[in-house]
Amino acid sequence: MAATTANPSLLRRSATYFYKHPRLSLFLLLLLPLAWLLIFYVGSLSALLAQSFFSLDGFTGQIVHQFGFKTYQSLFTPSNVDIMLRTLGMAAAVTIMSGIIAFPLAYYMARYASYRLKGLLYLAVLLPLWSSYLVRVYTWKIILAQEGIFNWFITGLHLNWLLDGVLAIPGIGGPSLSFSFLGMFIVFVYIWLPYMILPINAALERVPKSVIEASSDLGAPPGYTFRHVIFPLAFPGVVAGSIFTFSLTLGDYIIPSVIGNSSFFIGQFVLSQQGTAGNIPLAAAMTVVPMAIMAVYLLAARRLGAFDAL
Amino acid sequence: MTVAAKSTVAVSLKDVCRYFGDVRAVDHVNLDIYDGEFFSMLGPSGSGKTTCLRLIAGFEQPTAGSILLHGDEMAGVPPYERDVNTVFQDYALFPHMTVGQNVAYGLMIKKVPKAERERRVSEMLEMVRLPGLEGRKPSQLSGGQRQRVALARALVNHPRVLLLDEPLGALDLKLRQQMQIELKAIQQQVGITFIFVTHDQEEALTMSDRLAVFNLGKIEQIGTPADVYEKPTTGFVAGFVGTSNLISGAAAEKLTGSSQTFSIRPEKIRMASPEEAVSGEVCQALGTIRDVIYLGINTRYLVELDAGGDLTVVQQNLEATSMDALATRGNRVNLVWNKTNNRPLIGGG
Repeated sequence: MAATTANPSLLRRSATYFYKHPRLSLFLLLLLPLAWLLIFYVGSLSALLAQSFFSLDGFTGQIVHQFGFKTYQSLFTPSNVDIMLRTLGMAAAVTIMSGIIAFPLAYYMARYASYRLKGLLYLAVLLPLWSSYLVRVYTWKIILAQEGIFNWFITGLHLNWLLDGVLAIPGIGGPSLSFSFLGMFIVFVYIWLPYMILPINAALERVPKSVIEASSDLGAPPGYTFRHVIFPLAFPGVVAGSIFTFSLTLGDYIIPSVIGNSSFFIGQFVLSQQGTAGNIPLAAAMTVVPMAIMAVYLLAARRLGAFDAL
Repeated sequence: MTVAAKSTVAVSLKDVCRYFGDVRAVDHVNLDIYDGEFFSMLGPSGSGKTTCLRLIAGFEQPTAGSILLHGDEMAGVPPYERDVNTVFQDYALFPHMTVGQNVAYGLMIKKVPKAERERRVSEMLEMVRLPGLEGRKPSQLSGGQRQRVALARALVNHPRVLLLDEPLGALDLKLRQQMQIELKAIQQQVGITFIFVTHDQEEALTMSDRLAVFNLGKIEQIGTPADVYEKPTTGFVAGFVGTSNLISGAAAEKLTGSSQTFSIRPEKIRMASPEEAVSGEVCQALGTIRDVIYLGINTRYLVELDAGGDLTVVQQNLEATSMDALATRGNRVNLVWNKTNNRPLIGGG
């Protein structure tokens, strides 16, 4: 000890220096993530926002670098509003369904599963994320196709009448599952489900057992305890999960183009506008739409008290 | 110390066992707790006292035996249908609710009308000396305040039995002593049976009407604080409740004429000079002071006996200062105590 204090090493001296200058330490700690956030994240976002206020000269096909709302005016045509509503509806449906499927499983994992089983369930939930998203989407295309395994299974069960009936429903149906909104919905729920299960599970894991016991002790039957204690405490997890499923569905363009009919979703519209049409301002303006929807969504979630328990 | 209505039994445990695999958490416990009593379950951690409490609350089901609350068999009765309330060790307040909502929780379930609910909540918060804090969140409270809210939340339901699971364990010494007095006062005010689990023997002695000392899932002794302290029946009780000297074998035979193990409290022993003549029904043993611990209010001496073994002796610092006390190290002394203070123990301790 005496030797080190008398003649401290460079490492020890610099450690002491940083200890005495906590603000410098904090600056160094945050330098890289902040730089990354500012340059790449905020930078690209402002570029995008700026683009959306430019417009395309319909005659020359050149982008007019002049601030204005012309692009936004041309964004809200009836067919584009259809795209927005379709995407919004799909995102909402996918989010609700994911929540309905995820909650019981997350609840079981948090409260009843043994240590071993819990590990296995985590693995089962995470396993699909180890393989490529594209591969899984195309696999579903094949599963849901007219000649696919799903139809084979339905035929085996003699339930074709049911499937045909469902596919005949206008709006969600189509020639086969792989060309319908229903098929798209199934694949969306499949793809994003882990992002709903994990946050709900994390929130439920944080609910102390004693709080649940206290509710029971104070006279609450299990259903009352669930509604007034367990669910409110897990609600931030549900909101976190829904932010994932909702925003990921809002922005996705691969699933709608692989599965489903030719009706556009927001992501596909953006892709086509900035690609073939070369209308970057309109693509940017459309990208602002899901961002605005998410902002409204988060504000609503805050109103509902989703972040109170954080 | 006296129990007003000894006739009615509030809680009765009949040969209750609770095993977790090979672990016998509660092992054939028989216990009657009377109405209106402040009853403590005292024991080291892992002695089964908390499991006993959880069995009464209904969070655990006994492996064998039966539990009766006011004469009703509780087998298969869920916690929410038992007329008991619990103050949890970690308080278990609902973090997403305000203090007022926390306290009102039980009343909400019973569908008590809003006006009466609010009145009872504010009365209860007044009783635990947190008036007007209805709007706060538990996270905005100190540990002591949370403890009071937990108490109010349980008491507002007027349960017939209140279970307290080491509720003062997380508080600092001063606050703890203050809460001990308040808890006792509240218990006398509301007249509810309190079952209080603690590992702190001083807490159990100061607050209880009666207490049970737990060890390894079994009850070692049940009695009033004075009984348990003055007349411990087993070596474990003598050692766990306060400090005791246990004397057995040849040393015991030399002092009392019998080889049966006995205990003697350190404060019952007088240190005399070897020259002083002593007479009467006393035990005496010559020895040398080996160690002195000055504790302010008194001094603890460790005396090595000439006959072998050593005894702890506590003397009040009537006139002695720390200097005087510490200077006695190495002195020759004669330890004298009244024979009636010897407590013969069951099972050799």
